[in-house]
Amino acid sequence: MNKTYSLANKIALAGVAGAILLGVGPLFWFLIERTEANYFLFDRSLFAILLFTLKQAFLSSVISVGLGLAAARAMTRRKFWGKAFLLNLFAVPQSLPAIVAVLGFLSVFGNAGLLPGLINTYGLAGIIMVHVFFNLPLAMRLCLETLNGIAPETFRLSQQLAFSDLQLFRHVEWPVLASSLPRIFALIFLLCAASFIVVLTLGGPSATTLEVAIFQSLRMDFDVGRAFSLSVLQIALSLALIAVAGRALVHGAPRTSGIAAPRTDGRSWVARVFDCGALVVAALFVLPPMFAILVYGLPQIELSFELLKALGFSTLIGGMSAVLTVVLAWSLAKYLTPLNYVMTLSGFIVPPALLATGWFLLARNLSGSLWLAIVLVVALNSLMALPFAVAILSEGFKKMRLGHEELCAQLGLYGWNRFWRIDFPLMKTSTLQAVLLAFVFSLGDLTAVTLLGNLGLVTLPALLHQQMGHYRSQEAAGTALILAGLCFAVAALAQLMRGANDHV
Amino acid sequence: MKKLIICVAALLPLVASAEAKETLTIYTYESFTADWGPGPKIKTAFEKICDCTIEWVALGDGVAVLNRLKLEGKDTKADVVLGLDTNITDEAKQLGIFGKHGADVALAKVPGGWSDDTFLPYDYGHFAVVYDTEKMKIPPKSLDELIHGDASQKIILEDPRTSTPGLGFLLWMKSIYGDKASEAWASLRPRILTTAPGWSEAYALFTKGEAPMVFSYVTSPAYHIVEEKTERYQAADFSEGHYLQVEVAGLVEASPQHSLAQKFLNFMMSPAFQNEIPTTNWMMPAGATTVALPEAFDRLVKPAKTLLYSPAEVNQNRRAWIDEWLKATGE
Repeated sequence: MNKTYSLANKIALAGVAGAILLGVGPLFWFLIERTEANYFLFDRSLFAILLFTLKQAFLSSVISVGLGLAAARAMTRRKFWGKAFLLNLFAVPQSLPAIVAVLGFLSVFGNAGLLPGLINTYGLAGIIMVHVFFNLPLAMRLCLETLNGIAPETFRLSQQLAFSDLQLFRHVEWPVLASSLPRIFALIFLLCAASFIVVLTLGGPSATTLEVAIFQSLRMDFDVGRAFSLSVLQIALSLALIAVAGRALVHGAPRTSGIAAPRTDGRSWVARVFDCGALVVAALFVLPPMFAILVYGLPQIELSFELLKALGFSTLIGGMSAVLTVVLAWSLAKYLTPLNYVMTLSGFIVPPALLATGWFLLARNLSGSLWLAIVLVVALNSLMALPFAVAILSEGFKKMRLGHEELCAQLGLYGWNRFWRIDFPLMKTSTLQAVLLAFVFSLGDLTAVTLLGNLGLVTLPALLHQQMGHYRSQEAAGTALILAGLCFAVAALAQLMRGANDHV
Repeated sequence: MKKLIICVAALLPLVASAEAKETLTIYTYESFTADWGPGPKIKTAFEKICDCTIEWVALGDGVAVLNRLKLEGKDTKADVVLGLDTNITDEAKQLGIFGKHGADVALAKVPGGWSDDTFLPYDYGHFAVVYDTEKMKIPPKSLDELIHGDASQKIILEDPRTSTPGLGFLLWMKSIYGDKASEAWASLRPRILTTAPGWSEAYALFTKGEAPMVFSYVTSPAYHIVEEKTERYQAADFSEGHYLQVEVAGLVEASPQHSLAQKFLNFMMSPAFQNEIPTTNWMMPAGATTVALPEAFDRLVKPAKTLLYSPAEVNQNRRAWIDEWLKATGE
C-alpha cells in the first residue's frame, strides 16, 4: 500500500479531494441553512431527461471512439504527407467554444450552408455530428497514446509468426486496447452527457439533458435543492459508468528494450482501403467546420488591444492550468489505482457549475480580487482537464514502468533522483501531450470565468461571447480564428519540442 | 515562459489601480462593461464628477447578478446593482438588501409610467420578431399570424429557462393567449427552427441565414442601419402589441457608500448617462437625453400597445408557465 501511494500521490489526492469538498461542503451548508429545500422529485420529465442524456451521449461516444480508434490505427501504421499537420489540426476542436463549433458546422450543413439539406441539423443527428467533431480527435489522440504503448518487439515477433492483420489485432493490439478503451469511452461519454450549448442550440426544448436541468435549477430558479438532487443523480450515473470502466484497469504491459521497430502490418489492399477510409471519414467530420471557421474568420481579424489582452489572459490561464494539471496528473497517473482513477474524474463527476458556486460561497469575503478569480479559474480548469492528462500519462507510465522498475530498485534510485534522471526524460513525449491537451482544454472553458464574475478578466472565449452579445458575430468569427490559431500553434510547438525522431 | 511574464507584468497596473479614492462597486452584466458597451464611457463620465472610482463586477447576465446577490445576501460587496429587469425585481426585493432610491420617479420615461421606489429604470426595449427582408417579403402582422403562418418560414427562439428574451416571448404568448397558451405553442411548434440557449446564439444563427425570423428587440434594426448601413433586417409590427423589457438599477441599503450610490442613480437618469444608451446598449433611454437619437431610431416600429406583467405576477407564475411551455413544446 505504502509503495503504491507515494507522498506526491497522497498530496495530489488530498488536493483534489480538498478542492471537491471545499466546493460541495459550503453549498450543502448553504442549502441546509437558508433554503426550504425541495429535495426530491422523481417525475416523468426527469425520466425523459435522463433517457435523452444517455441516448445522445451513447451514440456520440460510440461514433467518436469507433472512428477515433480506426483513425489512430491508421496513423500508427501509415506514413503519409501532412500527417503531423493533421494531428496538430486535430488538437484544435477541444479548445473551441461550443457555439463556434455549432456555427462552423452550420456553415457546412446548415440551411444556408454549403450542403444544405444533407443532414437534419436540428435534432439528434446535428447534436451527434457536433459532438463527434469535438470528441473524435480526442478519442484518436488517446487511442494513439495507447497503441504507441505496445512494445515494438511484439510487431517483429508477430511478423516472424506471420500473423495476419486480423490475428495481429486480436493478439497484439486488442489486449492493450481492452484495458484503455473503456476508460476512453467513459471519458467521452461523460463529456457528451455534460454537453450544454450544443444540445440546446441544435436540440431545443425536447432535447433537455441533465446538465441543462441543473443549469436551469441553479440559475433561473436558483433552486439549490433541486440542483443538488439532480447533481446527485448525475454523480450516481457517472460513478456507475466509471465503476464499469475502472474494472478494466490493468497494470500489465510487455517488457521492451525500447528499440523502435517499424510496423510492417497492414500491407494488404483491404487494410489500405480501411485505413484510408477511416482517415477520410474522420477528416470529413472534423475538417469542414474548421475550414468554415478559417474562411469566415480570416477577413475579420483585427488585432485590437482587447483582442491582444484576451489572448494574453487566455495564454496565462491556459498555461497555469496546464502546469497544475500535469503536476497533479503525474502523481495520480503513475499507479492508476481505482482510487486514483475516481479522483481523477472528480471534476467531471461533480458538475463544475456546482463546484464553482461552492468555492465562491467559501471565498466570497475575498471576492473582488482579480488574483483570487484567477486562482479559482485555474483550479477549476485543472480539475476539468485532469482526466485527459491522466489518460495520456498513465499510458506513458505503463510502457515505461516495466522496463525500468526493477533497474531503479537495484540501483536504489528513488524520489527526486529517479524522477529527474529516469522518469522525466522517458516521459517527455507523454508529458508534452498531456500539457498540450490540458492547455487546449482550459482555453475554451467559460464556466469558471462566467460564474465568478470577470472583473476585467476577459479571455478569448469571454471576448467572443461579449462580441456575440453585441450583434458583433462577425468580429467574433475573427476571435474564434485567433483562438483556433493559438491552439494550433501550441500543438505545433509541442510537436517540435518532442523532437523529430519520436513517434507521432 | 517569457510570454507569461510579459502577461503578468501587463496585468499588474489593472490590479493596482484602485487606491486612495472612494470606490463604488457596481454589479452588472458582462455586455454592459464590454469595450463597446456603455460601461467604459459611463465610468469616465461619472468619475469626473464624483471624485471616486467605479469598480465593475461583471456577471453573465441579469439573472446571474441576482443569483450572486442571493449567494452573498446581506454581505454583498455591491453598492449599486445595475442590470436586473422587471421580471426578476420582485425576487430581488425579497432579498431585503435594497434600499429606496430616493429619486423622483417622474424622471423615468418608460411606456406605462413608473412608480417603483426601490428600482429605477435606465433603459427599455420592446421585444419583436426581427425578419430578413431578403428571405421574407411579407412578415407576419400579428402574433396570431406568426402562429398560424407558413411552417416552412421558420423562426429561431430563445429558451425561457436560460434567457431573458426567451422568457419575454413566453410572457408575450401568455399575455395574449392566457389559458389557451398551450394550444398556441402547439400550433407555433412546426414554425420553430430551434430554441437557442441565449439571445447571442439565436441571433448568430439568424444572421448566418439559418432562418428568416428571430426573436429579438424592436431596436435591433437600428444596429444594422447605424453600424452596418443596411436595412436588410427589420422588426415586424404586431397588432396585439409588444411585450416590454425594462432594465433597472437599485442601491444596497447597507452599503457604506450609500450617498455615493444615490448620486450614481441620479447621474443614471441624467443625459450624461442616457445619451450613451441608444448606440451602446441598443435600447431606448429611460431618462432625458440631450443628444437626438440617430435617425435610424425614427424608422423603428412603434408598438401600438405595450404588454407587461407586474414583477409580482411574473415571480408567482414563472415556474408554472415554464412547465406549461415545456409540456407544449418539449414532448
